[in-house]
Amino acid sequence: MPQLLPTDVFFFLTLFGLFGLLVYSLGQTHLRRPWQKVFQSTQAMVSLVILIPYLLVAVADSIRLEGVLVPQAGEGPVASSEPLSLLDLGLQRLRLSVEKTYSAPLQVELHAREMVRLPDGREIWSTPRLRYGGSHLIDPFKERTSDLFRRAIKGFFKGALVWLMLTVPLLAMVVWWTGDKRRVLLDIALGRSRFPWRAVLLAGLFLAMVVGVLAEWAAVYHVLGTDKVGADVLYQSLKSIRTGILIGTLTTVATLPLSLLLGILAGYFRGWVDDVIQYVYTTLNAIPGVLLIAAAMLVMQASMARHEAAFQSLALRADVRLLALCLILGLTSWTGLCRLLRAETLKLRNLEYVQAAKVLGVSQPRILLRHILPNVFHLVLIAVALDFSSLVLAEAVLSYVNIGVDPSTESWGNMINTARLEMAREPVVWWSLASAFCFMLGLVLPANLLADVLRDAFDPRRVS
Amino acid sequence: MSAYLLRRLLTTVPLLIGINLLTFVLFFVINSPEDMARMHLGQKHVTQEGIAKWTHERGYDLPLFYNGKAEGLEVLTKTIFVEKSLGLFLFRFGHSDAGRDIGADIRQRMGPSLAIAVPSLIVGLLMDISLALLLVFFRLTYLEVWGAALCIMLMSISTLFYIIGGQFLVGKCLQWVPISGYDSGLEAIRFIVLPVLIGTLAGVGSGVRWYRTLFLEEIEQDYVRTARAKGLSEAKVLTVHVLKNAMIPILTGVVVVLPLLFTGSLLTESFFAIPGLGSYTIDAINQQDFAIVRAMVFLGSFLYILGLLLTDISYMLVDPRVRLQD
Amino acid sequence: MVLKGFRSGVTFWIVAVMLDGCGSPPNNPYPAAEALKNILYTSFEERPKHLDPARAYSANELEIIAQVYEPPLQYAYLQRPYQLEPLAALQLPTVTYLDHNGEVLADNALEATIAYSVYDIDLRQDLAYQPHPAFVQTGEAAYRFHDLSAKDLEGIERLQDFDAVASRPVTADDYLYQIKRLAHPEVHSPVAEMMADLIVGLRPLGERLALDFEARRKQGGWLDLRPYPLEGVEVLNEHHFKIKIKGKYPQFRFWLAMPFFAPMPFEADAFYAQPRLKAKNITLDWYPVGSGPFQLTENNPNRRMVLERNPHYHEELYPSAGEPSDQALGLLKDRGQRLPLMDQVIFVLEKETIPYWSKFLQGYYDASGLASDNFDQAIQFSGVGQAELTEDLLLKGIHLDTAVTASILYLGFNMQDPVVGGLDPGPTRLRQAISLAIDEEEFIAIFMNGRGVPAQGMLPPGIFGYLEGEAGMNPLVYDWVMGSPKRKPLLEAERLLKEAGYPHGIDPKTQQPLVLYLDTTMSGADDKPLLNWYRKQLAKIGLQLVLRTTDYNQFQQKMANGNAQLFRWGWNADYPDPENFFFLLYGENAKASKGGENAANYRNPEFDRWFLAMRSMDDDEKRLEIIQKMQAIVRHDAPWVFGVHPKSFSLRHAWYQNYKPNLMANNGLKYLRIDAALRAERRAEWNRPIYWPLALGLVLFIALLWPAFWAYRLRMRSPAR
Repeated sequence: MPQLLPTDVFFFLTLFGLFGLLVYSLGQTHLRRPWQKVFQSTQAMVSLVILIPYLLVAVADSIRLEGVLVPQAGEGPVASSEPLSLLDLGLQRLRLSVEKTYSAPLQVELHAREMVRLPDGREIWSTPRLRYGGSHLIDPFKERTSDLFRRAIKGFFKGALVWLMLTVPLLAMVVWWTGDKRRVLLDIALGRSRFPWRAVLLAGLFLAMVVGVLAEWAAVYHVLGTDKVGADVLYQSLKSIRTGILIGTLTTVATLPLSLLLGILAGYFRGWVDDVIQYVYTTLNAIPGVLLIAAAMLVMQASMARHEAAFQSLALRADVRLLALCLILGLTSWTGLCRLLRAETLKLRNLEYVQAAKVLGVSQPRILLRHILPNVFHLVLIAVALDFSSLVLAEAVLSYVNIGVDPSTESWGNMINTARLEMAREPVVWWSLASAFCFMLGLVLPANLLADVLRDAFDPRRVS
Repeated sequence: MSAYLLRRLLTTVPLLIGINLLTFVLFFVINSPEDMARMHLGQKHVTQEGIAKWTHERGYDLPLFYNGKAEGLEVLTKTIFVEKSLGLFLFRFGHSDAGRDIGADIRQRMGPSLAIAVPSLIVGLLMDISLALLLVFFRLTYLEVWGAALCIMLMSISTLFYIIGGQFLVGKCLQWVPISGYDSGLEAIRFIVLPVLIGTLAGVGSGVRWYRTLFLEEIEQDYVRTARAKGLSEAKVLTVHVLKNAMIPILTGVVVVLPLLFTGSLLTESFFAIPGLGSYTIDAINQQDFAIVRAMVFLGSFLYILGLLLTDISYMLVDPRVRLQD
Repeated sequence: MVLKGFRSGVTFWIVAVMLDGCGSPPNNPYPAAEALKNILYTSFEERPKHLDPARAYSANELEIIAQVYEPPLQYAYLQRPYQLEPLAALQLPTVTYLDHNGEVLADNALEATIAYSVYDIDLRQDLAYQPHPAFVQTGEAAYRFHDLSAKDLEGIERLQDFDAVASRPVTADDYLYQIKRLAHPEVHSPVAEMMADLIVGLRPLGERLALDFEARRKQGGWLDLRPYPLEGVEVLNEHHFKIKIKGKYPQFRFWLAMPFFAPMPFEADAFYAQPRLKAKNITLDWYPVGSGPFQLTENNPNRRMVLERNPHYHEELYPSAGEPSDQALGLLKDRGQRLPLMDQVIFVLEKETIPYWSKFLQGYYDASGLASDNFDQAIQFSGVGQAELTEDLLLKGIHLDTAVTASILYLGFNMQDPVVGGLDPGPTRLRQAISLAIDEEEFIAIFMNGRGVPAQGMLPPGIFGYLEGEAGMNPLVYDWVMGSPKRKPLLEAERLLKEAGYPHGIDPKTQQPLVLYLDTTMSGADDKPLLNWYRKQLAKIGLQLVLRTTDYNQFQQKMANGNAQLFRWGWNADYPDPENFFFLLYGENAKASKGGENAANYRNPEFDRWFLAMRSMDDDEKRLEIIQKMQAIVRHDAPWVFGVHPKSFSLRHAWYQNYKPNLMANNGLKYLRIDAALRAERRAEWNRPIYWPLALGLVLFIALLWPAFWAYRLRMRSPAR
């Protein structure tokens, strides 16, 4: 039985919306050139190769099934009490192989020493073996390195194989499309093709190999170690992807209609409409973002507590809070886009063709829809792209101030927040922080690179 | 000119009113004073009577807008709206929920906030501009490509990592400076170095990128070509002509943030135990001290509007064309 | 010019580092001149909310004001079990019992006949207040700073800014004044209600004060409490007073060791009542005026608080006797020395754990609490469960002190709940099964890193009535195996569950697993594993747990309304007496109906009967016997899952001496000694800055620029530009 949480619904709506916009804009003649520029940019396409797996993980984590049978230690499978996402099911092993407490990445023993009772009754002071991580090894001290190495090689090849299986048909299609086999292949090999095939394929190969190695290792080890209660950090990091992407996209998209409507209306009608709208967004804009978010979150929590009966499960609660956070964040960030849209519309309404349409008696909604809206599209695109990474980063900061996502939601912010305490440990527990760092960077960096290209391509001021 | 100024000043009034109304709705219409009372009276031995007393003494038990029990003008003035919200316009912040005078606290905490924020701004500005000039200077070499990439890289890292990492590395491992704390006077330098450095590093990515595009735009201008044609060296062209002409956007960009320096940085102050307004705000959020959060929201907004005003004025001073418009 | 901006950045660095290059290590957060002074450095995480002795109740507040204010009694520093000794009083107070007519009764009179107890307190003659502007007189009953104008206050932002201070001896009237303040409507003493029920005449006084206070609310100003009579306190002469309380309540002596009963000079109250001072945040809640060993001379909640020796402190000597082991531990080296041993104690604000722990390891904090679980890796456990330090810390000469706190964390059942509540066998079995299923040993291992002991009943170790070994074990949950308690197997829990009517956890009514609700507060990301853990514990016996998390306010609201089913809470003892624990389950203290502290709303007439009997008894065999009966009742009824008695772990450096964990006394700072020379030496040794990365960075930067410069030169020269 599939089950949907509120954010799932909004997430899919957002994705469909964005996808629709993309398809629509590809059909627009005046946007064709910028898109070409984007598609020909190595930077953008390589970024996309990294972003797409992130997106796939987030989607997989948003499709939930209820009453899935979960294997239980010692007994037969039991129906899970809470809905599980496809990602949970795919990573069943990571999710269920819970150790006692901290263990370092790829280790076979706990991080801290404790008393261990030997079979003969003596007690010694040592680090016990993990229940799951590396449990297949008989003598870990001798075997671990070679086992890791062997699995890495295996992972490499598996990854490469998967890559080949995807690449060959793809290239075949490209070749079939263009006709001139030899030249096309040579161009690709030398990196001369217009679409940066070589870079994309190489990035894909690299990615496939890394994922291959990780998957191979993750089957028997905790690749990124375990946290305080022994949960796998890799699993947490992967689960956090959905939160990050959700906040990055939903926030802007949720308030998009608002900023579009108000921005265009203000710019087009001017007069008192403009005054009122300008007043609203300047007022909102004047309040320092963090404080407005803090105030709104405090109030939101209070009202959620009052209507507690509506939230039967912890998951639903956390989910509603996440949604609320997105909306509140959106409330503070829509003003920037609104201002840009207003300015652009002001410019557009004086252009000849709009004036001409007016004179010809085209109805105003029609002018707005047909003439204004398509021509401010590039601003929307740039805003979505640019806001994305800053919102992902903002989530971490808000979690630190305790006004971010629910503490029970997996997110990088929450991981960093707990990791702060771990950095004060002796010896240092660094892997949670490092994982959050890597996974965040892995999302934000390509997103920034892509946004960079998008802005260069679409911002008319920059067309040189 | 004074007419323009006056008009500009007058437009800020409805803004302040709007902000005041918004905070009022958030903090009083949606919130219950009883929750606040429980929070502040502590955990052991709290009685309903104590809560009533608490809300009464802070004036939280008044009606919001209209007081039917009062007489005369007090019908309107003896309300939460008048007593708690309107005072903000006169910078009467009242008392925090814990009973301290907020105005006095704010005055006291401004100093340390400035002690961090001003050097951060200056060092950051110098760093950003000189690195951006460097990138422009070496344009079309590998340094520009990698420099730009590095900037995006630095932008993609959360501030939290800079702070945690910097504190860990410099304070704990290398032991150059005290890991946290604050002192007044010259002693403060030792405590300021690390936060300023981290603040600079955290902002360098976006800063350099911003100034680089600024300089690149300038460098396309005709006067730069003329200067080059005169045989000036590239270094001179950049530092004398380009920098001078880019000063207007740089300075106005700085002016807008000047007033906000007072409110300090939430994260840095909190991590480094600096007794400024940033940590004051964070504490207030964590302790759910609504009175302080309310005061800070108003103060922050006020300063922001002041910043906008200052920008307008500085534009006007620099660029006389502005006066004619609008 | 291009490079100049960068260079300025670097010079900024180097100058800053050089500034302190000489003498103390560059990362010393304190002025170099302080290095060899007799100063103790410690930290605080959050500023204390109240420093008014009538209000302060939290541990972090008492940590400050217990050093400043001096109640009549104190806990003996070295003696165990905890016992009281006179502090401001000359000897322990004598107690006389009176009947309804005021006739004196014999000491062994039946409790039913006792209407009043009178505590007779004889004060020392040499008590005096710290220097304070409130005492500065310009003539008979004329005070220089009691009516300050706005002009007088120019340039005065802190208490230290006053140019004159004075002192005066403490009198019995000051004690009376403070007791009256407990009833003051504006003070909001957390014990006001309780004391109003106890001290004769305090409630009427409170009502009168409330009326008068309300009447003169508009005009403001000082409400002098001296003219108001208080029936229950009689001042015989300057150094002698009596307190009359209702009934027999032997635990009252413990209250006499708390700052609630410290003296308060009326001058201070008058001084701080000035609205102009309030506007400058100069209040009694902020700047205490006491007669204790220390005075708070600087209170900057944003940075630090400084306690300084009170020059007028009466003669008090370091104790000359303690437990037998104290001699060997070096705790008696200072016997007979005049207290306090330290000149200054500086509390530094430290909110984040990384700086806190780092500074401790660098030697800039003399001691470190291990209250939060961040530092548990410093500790390892030896074979007998004894905590030891890791080698690194031992090499640094760090000591570890552990003590089981007089507190308990528990999982409560709401006894009014239709499913888990009630004394019928069904729900009782259910509660017992849950008690068995929740593996507290695992909880301690995972979430507290061993810093706790599983509770066997209501009483923590160290409280009268606690029994060691098998006799003190909870036989419903544990078996005695080879000299230690071992949790019964889960089969036993399943059997109990079956008897309760839920075989395998299935509710016969719905044919689904029984669903229970746990109410709790969630404060941070760290709580999530904890809640999952609870869910797992109940899942072991087939029950489902739904978590309802709220903030603390809402949680309290729910508890007050009796809407919870299962809840997590804890209790920290006010004083070392079993009464302070058992009253948490006394029927008349039920939270939902009476607003008391019995959050489980437990009511068992038999337990209540024993409680009333035990409450006013002295610590003797008979009391012990009754306590065991009460323990047996609550173990059987299981209104709580007896959770954990947390252990407090504290670390201290080699130069931090005379420390002995004392969980009752808060005024231990006066006994501590610092070896400042050793400290300076160690700090220098541990803090050697590493500068080579700076040079390396510079070299790298130049290396990076150099080829670019060449490339640039090349470009400049090429004609096709």
